[in-house]
Amino acid sequence: MQLIFEKSHPGRRAITLDPFDVPEASLPDELRREEAAALPEVSELEVVRHFTKLSQRNFGIDTHFYPLGSCTMKYNPKMAESVAADGNFAKLHPHLASVGPYQRLCQGAFEVIHELENCLAEVAGMAAASLQPIAGAHGELTGTLLISAYHRAKGNQKDTILIPDSAHGTNPASAAIAGYTVVEVPSLPDGTLDVDAFKEALTDSVAGVMLTCPNTHGLFEPAVADIAAMAHEVDALMYYDGANLNAIVGRCRPGDLGFDVMHYNLHKTFATPHGMGGPGSGPVGVAEKLVPFLPGPRVHAEGEGYELIWPEQSIGRIAPYFGNFMIALRAHAYILHLGAEGLRDVADKAVLNANYVHARLKGALKSAFDGRFMHECVFSAAPLAKEHGVHALDIAKALLDTGFHAPTVYFPLTVKESLMIEPTETESKEILDAFCEAMLDIARRAKEDPESLHAAPISTPVGRLDEVRAAKELNCTF
Amino acid sequence: MYPDDVYYTEDHEWIRDDGGEYVVGITAFAVEQLGDITFAELPEVGADVVKGEAVGTVESVKAASDVYAPVAGRVSEINDALETQPELVNQDPYGEGWFYKMEDVRASEVKKLMDAAAYEAFVQEQET
Repeated sequence: MQLIFEKSHPGRRAITLDPFDVPEASLPDELRREEAAALPEVSELEVVRHFTKLSQRNFGIDTHFYPLGSCTMKYNPKMAESVAADGNFAKLHPHLASVGPYQRLCQGAFEVIHELENCLAEVAGMAAASLQPIAGAHGELTGTLLISAYHRAKGNQKDTILIPDSAHGTNPASAAIAGYTVVEVPSLPDGTLDVDAFKEALTDSVAGVMLTCPNTHGLFEPAVADIAAMAHEVDALMYYDGANLNAIVGRCRPGDLGFDVMHYNLHKTFATPHGMGGPGSGPVGVAEKLVPFLPGPRVHAEGEGYELIWPEQSIGRIAPYFGNFMIALRAHAYILHLGAEGLRDVADKAVLNANYVHARLKGALKSAFDGRFMHECVFSAAPLAKEHGVHALDIAKALLDTGFHAPTVYFPLTVKESLMIEPTETESKEILDAFCEAMLDIARRAKEDPESLHAAPISTPVGRLDEVRAAKELNCTF
Repeated sequence: MYPDDVYYTEDHEWIRDDGGEYVVGITAFAVEQLGDITFAELPEVGADVVKGEAVGTVESVKAASDVYAPVAGRVSEINDALETQPELVNQDPYGEGWFYKMEDVRASEVKKLMDAAAYEAFVQEQET
C-alpha cells in the first residue's frame, strides 16, 4: 500500500480557499520555514479512500475476536459512547472548574465524578476513590506515593516494597519511582505466592506489599487474607493491583480481603476504550486511614450541589483537571447500565469463558498450572518448542491466518513459552468454539507440519516482521 | 553447550579464569530462553561489585532481565562491541559475546560455583 505522501501530485487539492478579503500580514522572517512543508497534495476522494483502506487493515474488537482480553481491548459498549458524545459533557471546557464562580456550570460533571468515585469505592470495599490518575501505572505510582505519605505522617522509617515475581512490570517500576527498594517474592510451582518466602522477606522496613489477585497466572491467591494480616502486623500497607478486578467484581471486594489502597483499570473492569495509547484512566481507591492523603482537589457534596476541597494532608495534584474525565464518564454509564447484578454477571461470564477455553485446549497444549483459572488461562508451548521447534510466537503468528488475533505471549515471565488467553465476558459459545478449533488445528500442525507454522502469517498485509531490527533501530518517522 | 573451562551460577551467568583476569557472560541456556538479544547494558569499568548484585541488563524481543555478578570483584573491562552488535551474545555466548571482565576476584569463590556437569544437571531440573 502506498503512503499518502506517495500519492501526492503538485497542485491537487481537496479544498480551495477563498481569496483574501482582509489585508495580508506577513510573519516575521525568523518564524518562517525555509522550505515549504512536505504535505501530501491529494483530492478529497483520495484522502477518503486512503484512510478507509487503512482502517480496513486494522484488527479491532469491532470486527474480530481478541483473546488478548481486557489488557488490551475488550468490547466497548456503544451505549457508553453515546453518553460520552452528549454535548453537555463533550463541550464542557475543563478550565471552567478552575474559576470559582463558573463551578456552578460544572455541577453535572462534578456529580458524575462524585458518584463514580462512590461506586468504585463501594465495588472494591474502599472508603473513597480519586479519578485523577490517568492510567493504571499512574494509579500505581499514586498509590505508592499515598503509602509513602502515610508512613511519613506516622514517622515510620520504611524503605521496601514486596512484589511477587508474577507481578506486572509496572509494579516494581512504580515503587522504584516513588523511592522504594523492591524485593521480589517468588511464586510456587503451582503459580501462587510462596507464603514462606513472603514471611521471610516481611521485615519492619517493609512499607507495602503489592499484589494482583487473581494474579497474572490467572489464579486467585488462596492466602491473600493471611498475607494482608501479616503485613498489617508490621504496619505495611496492602496494595491491590486492580488489573484483574474484572474477575471478581461483584463477588468479592479487595477492601474486605484486607487491602488498603488500590488502582482500578477502567478499561479492564468497566469496558472503556483502550489500546494503542488510551486515553487511560487508573483511579485509586483507599481505606479510611489514607483518605486524608488523596490527591486534590476533590469533588465534595455540599447541600444540594458540589464544591472542590483539598484533603488536609493531600499528596497534591497528580494530573491536570480531573483525570481523563470523558473515559470516567463512559465507565460511570457502564456501571449504572449494568448495576450490581450486571457487574457480577460480567465477572461470572469472564471466568466461565476462560475456563471453557481452558477445558477445550488443555489436552492439546500444556496447561501452565493445575489450579482453577479465573478470567484468563495460561498455557506453555515449551513442550512443542522442545519436540517440534514450534514456539509460542509461531502459534501466535499462525492464529493470525485463521482470522483471530493472537493471545498474549511471553507473559507472564514466570512461565516458559507462555500463551495467556483471556476471552472476556462478551464472546458467544460459537466464537469460543471457532477459536478453540483454530488453536487445536494449530497444535496438530505443530506436530505434523511445523514448517507451516514457521512460515505464518501468510494472509496478513505484512508477514513476519523483523522484531529484532525494530527493537534495535527504532524509527517512528517516514 | 556446557564448556568445561567456565563456572556457572544459578542465574545463568558463566565466569572464566583468563590468567588472573576473569571473563563473565551469560550461558547458552539463558540466551536460548531470551531469544534474539537486542540490547545489553553493562556495568561501569572500575565498579566494585558484590556476589549476586545486579550489574547490568540484557533485553531481547521477549523480555528484559538483570545480569548478576557471579562473585565479588572489580569490573576491569567491558565488551564495547555489544553496544552495536548485541547479536554477538546469541552467536557466541562463551566467546565474542562476553559481557565484562573482573579483577580482584578470589579464585576460591569462583570454584564454589557450579562446574559444567553440575550446571547441566541444574538446567535439566529447571526444564522439568
